[in-house]
Amino acid sequence: MGLTSKLGEMGVITVRLEDAVNWARTRAMWPMLFGLACCAIEMMSTQASLYDLSRFGMELMRPSPRQSDLMIVAGRVTRKMAPVLRQLYDQMPEPKWVLSMGDCASCGGVFNNYAVVQGVDEIVPVDVYVAGCPPRPEQLIHGIMMLHERVKQEHISDWA
Amino acid sequence: MTALNPIEALQAAFADAIEDAQTFRGETTIVVAREAIVDVCRYCRDTEGLAYNFLSDVTGVDYHPQEPRFGVLYHLYSMIHNRSLRLKVLLPGDDPVVPSVTEVYPAANWSEREIYDLLGVRFSGHPDMRRILLPDDWEGHPLRKDYPLGKETVQFSFNFDHVDQYKPYAQE
Repeated sequence: MGLTSKLGEMGVITVRLEDAVNWARTRAMWPMLFGLACCAIEMMSTQASLYDLSRFGMELMRPSPRQSDLMIVAGRVTRKMAPVLRQLYDQMPEPKWVLSMGDCASCGGVFNNYAVVQGVDEIVPVDVYVAGCPPRPEQLIHGIMMLHERVKQEHISDWA
Repeated sequence: MTALNPIEALQAAFADAIEDAQTFRGETTIVVAREAIVDVCRYCRDTEGLAYNFLSDVTGVDYHPQEPRFGVLYHLYSMIHNRSLRLKVLLPGDDPVVPSVTEVYPAANWSEREIYDLLGVRFSGHPDMRRILLPDDWEGHPLRKDYPLGKETVQFSFNFDHVDQYKPYAQE
């Protein structure tokens, strides 16, 4: 106890390595630009000035999968788009997370037909599902906060 | 140029190819035999009194339990005389082939590809007969009446586990 107070006076704190790594990953999680349909409008408005996403470290949506951590699948995925989605997911470097935004990405939404994939979890493993048609920006932010809570529980060995 | 009555002009020029003609609420529909559709379209486009120089649309219909099963509809429009015309071709279900009108109206190219993709009606003489909306290796024609309507059983609380075991989840 004396040692930590002495270190604190010198401006040094000690944490577990996992906590530090998870703190860094949650505070600057870069989303990938994957707005497919109407949910993309709500994602854009969440990114804009009123419901600001850059206060969570998501300053802008990276178009390149090589530079992003979080894939927000916003909108319905058609059967023709499904291999493209999988390829972009494979091109993302680890650690990576997927947030399925809206009803169409979570379960197919109102489109129960031959053309729409009934939930993007048929293609990529999803961490958080955000319901809504489209979900309000507050709901998307709640989903992102829930993802942050999950990331804080992770271990380094998960991604090793 | 004076406008001719399309029904009379076509029945005078193609007596045996015109199977039926009617006017309902200002819309003229003429049923044409499928072998003559290209000549009828060219006649409609080139004759000065008819001058249907704009192809608005080519659509297809599936009248499934009835025979003839398929209908292909050509909606023509004359900019000079400001009027529309509908040409209808009826096709049997076991041999849905019709000559393509791409050489008369180049705008029919993609519309005919769409009808082939979704209904399965083939257009002979088409320069690029392949699927346009669905992936190239898709089997079946979705807008036919005997194609299943929904993709999967709707998942409520009472049958959640039953539907869940058949869903193909991604494994990493």
